[in-house]
Amino acid sequence: MKKNEEKSKVWRDYQKEIADDHFFYVRSCIRQSFFPGSEQFFLHLLRDVLGKDVYENPSHTTCTGIGYHADVVPFSTIQTVIARHYSLMKEAGYKNIAISCVTSFGIYTEILETWKHFPEELEKTREYLYKATGREFDVPENVVHTSDIIYKFRDAIAAKAKYPLVNQLTGEPLRVVEHIGCHYAKIFPKYGVGGAEFPHVLSGMIESWGGQVVDYPERRHCCGFGFRQYLVQANRGYSLSNTVKKFSSMQPFKPDLVLTNCPGCTMFMDKWQYTIKEMEGTTFGANGESIPVLTYEELAALVMGYNPWDIGLQIHMVQSEPLLRKMGIEFDPHDKFLTKDGRQMPIPENLLNS
Amino acid sequence: MEKFGFALSKARVIDFDANDRSIVSYILEREPSLNLCIECGCCSAACTTGNFTGFSLREIHILLKRGENEQVRQKIRKCMLCGKCILVCPRGVNTRNVVFLAKQAFAKNEGYEF
Amino acid sequence: MNQHVIVIGGGTAGMEAAGRLATAGLSVTLIEKGKDLGGHLRNWYHLFPDRRSSDEVLEYLKGQVSHQNIRLLTGQRVTGLQRKGNEFIVSTGNGEAITGDAVLLATGFDLFKSERKEEYGYGIYDNVISSADLEAMFRKKEVKLVNGRKPERIGFLHCVGSRDEKAGNIYCSKLCCVTAVKQAIEIRKIFPAARVFCFYMDMRMGGALYEELYKEAQEKYSVGFIRGKVSEVAVNINNRLVAKVEDTLVGRPLKMELDMLVLMAGMEMAEDGIRLADEANLQRGENRFFKPADHHFGTNTGNVKGVFYAGACTAPLNVTETISHARSAVTEIVSYLNTGRK
Repeated sequence: MKKNEEKSKVWRDYQKEIADDHFFYVRSCIRQSFFPGSEQFFLHLLRDVLGKDVYENPSHTTCTGIGYHADVVPFSTIQTVIARHYSLMKEAGYKNIAISCVTSFGIYTEILETWKHFPEELEKTREYLYKATGREFDVPENVVHTSDIIYKFRDAIAAKAKYPLVNQLTGEPLRVVEHIGCHYAKIFPKYGVGGAEFPHVLSGMIESWGGQVVDYPERRHCCGFGFRQYLVQANRGYSLSNTVKKFSSMQPFKPDLVLTNCPGCTMFMDKWQYTIKEMEGTTFGANGESIPVLTYEELAALVMGYNPWDIGLQIHMVQSEPLLRKMGIEFDPHDKFLTKDGRQMPIPENLLNS
Repeated sequence: MEKFGFALSKARVIDFDANDRSIVSYILEREPSLNLCIECGCCSAACTTGNFTGFSLREIHILLKRGENEQVRQKIRKCMLCGKCILVCPRGVNTRNVVFLAKQAFAKNEGYEF
Repeated sequence: MNQHVIVIGGGTAGMEAAGRLATAGLSVTLIEKGKDLGGHLRNWYHLFPDRRSSDEVLEYLKGQVSHQNIRLLTGQRVTGLQRKGNEFIVSTGNGEAITGDAVLLATGFDLFKSERKEEYGYGIYDNVISSADLEAMFRKKEVKLVNGRKPERIGFLHCVGSRDEKAGNIYCSKLCCVTAVKQAIEIRKIFPAARVFCFYMDMRMGGALYEELYKEAQEKYSVGFIRGKVSEVAVNINNRLVAKVEDTLVGRPLKMELDMLVLMAGMEMAEDGIRLADEANLQRGENRFFKPADHHFGTNTGNVKGVFYAGACTAPLNVTETISHARSAVTEIVSYLNTGRK
């Protein structure tokens, strides 16, 4: 008990302001492909269940973080792209921005900090945006990641929970590894709930929903995703090695599930388990299984009792059935790869835990 | 197995707990002055071999202490036991004997006498 | 001389100074916020360099203050310090206002709070303790892990809260290196089968017999020294601590399991000293300790005439230096009072 109290005491120094309504939502480049249920569920949860106002503008673009981190988009360009989003916000009358991707969140906070310390950059960006598009913008009042928002409403979700994070077969809380994207709080700790060493954004959710957070030696280590090293095929071995380092470290703790808040991390930790199995024959779960990796929206949806196939868990590389069985969630294996109107989708090969 | 076009990188971390320190134990039993080494590098500075090869006596002392024996096994053969290192050590480590005993320990390890 | 000096702080510096002032014929009021005199000295076990008992030094100091010229006020906080012409008025917590011809501040130091370095897990992980915690264990003659077992591998982490921009203290606390070496020897004497490692940035052994102690630690007690600052501490499945450090002299990262990790917390200007200093407009340096009037011949005086400083409220000092500094403060005070308060 003392450990958790002390961990909570530390994060109290990093109280982060999280707005509670009227969000301007900016999507991620890849999450809709890899974890299609996530952003869908976030909107459904906030709009339909919690009655919040979440606005999307179809002319918002990628933040170009991928390009920026791969050195093909210069800093002044990305500042202008972000400024354009702020201009869209201003037009629609929104002051709070909700960002879906952690790398994107890192970009937004990096630019905010730059403008604070180098106001001449802000002025230049105003000039560039105006010259390119005729638009003007204000710096938003509240900049949060969507995991911060789910964190804020975690108790409301817990109140509606149908399947808490408990292993129904043993009665014990599920052992959950939480993995925070590096760009969330490592660069500017004050922008992350809980700071850089003991971030609370995901462990708070796990605790509220009945699970047990697993601390392991490589908890803080990067998953290895990083556009620069990942883009060039020959460098991917370096990326993969970091994921292997994490999985090897968490394996003795027998986690039931990995929860992440960054699209890159989720993608890596999900898909690399396949690659490692192919290359080395190693798996990291119990009994030769792989460990399901979920986004926080997917986990919230699961906990609230939504159909796993509506959440999109079947699109992951590592299939979640072992987790679903532990949680006592009913699911129909036949529905798994059927469309909503009953047509058969092609079934992917090489799925893990299948 | 699919070919992915990349391979896993080898970790460079010294895993202190996984390493075997029997070589340095052998040396310390017979030459306890090795305990006094503070890795100042004076020995390496005086060493002839170190000028033209990758042999650093200071580095060898630490690698042995950490149990990184494979890093030392081949390198240790480069020492010609001239003894210039002992002349300069400020702590009084018998560095020449350390190398001699290391060679002996490695030889035993490989099944022959040095 | 019937002049009266008020000494604020009843630790090593305050006690020695009070004693010397009394034997010089002055009347002294010694005010200490705690119930007992002695300050931090009461919490230490053996003192470097010769590992003699701190109780012996405390006994000596108690002897110093048992003098008829000294009025002892313990359990009293100082709430105000004001100058009134050529005199000073010190107010205490229970409403007393004491007048003095000179004031000596011996408010000492606080130890850096190790929980501020979150990455080391103090107060979060079992068996991560501070150097002060270890001294307390030595005094109680009870050194063990949280689960009651004996430690087999112990680490000492130098420079916690010192030489660290992130912790807000860029200065070196000077005494932690020799304390680590001393504690390493002491813990090895208790656990002869244990292995001890010190993780250092630099070995600062700049006092009499310090380097000899360092050599003894290596020679007689096989204490290992790894040059590298630990970046983070975690716990593995066996509930052992795992420290990540760069073995800088090899140029490779190193990870090591430890049963116990001792954080060498640095010395900071005491909070109460800061409060008093700000109230009385006494200047402090960048490192928050009192700013000396002169670095070479004026370390006992500051920016206010008649207010003097002794001990660790001026800089990290060991017991020996603190006693010397207290004596030099007395010389300054006597000189000040004898030459018409110039």
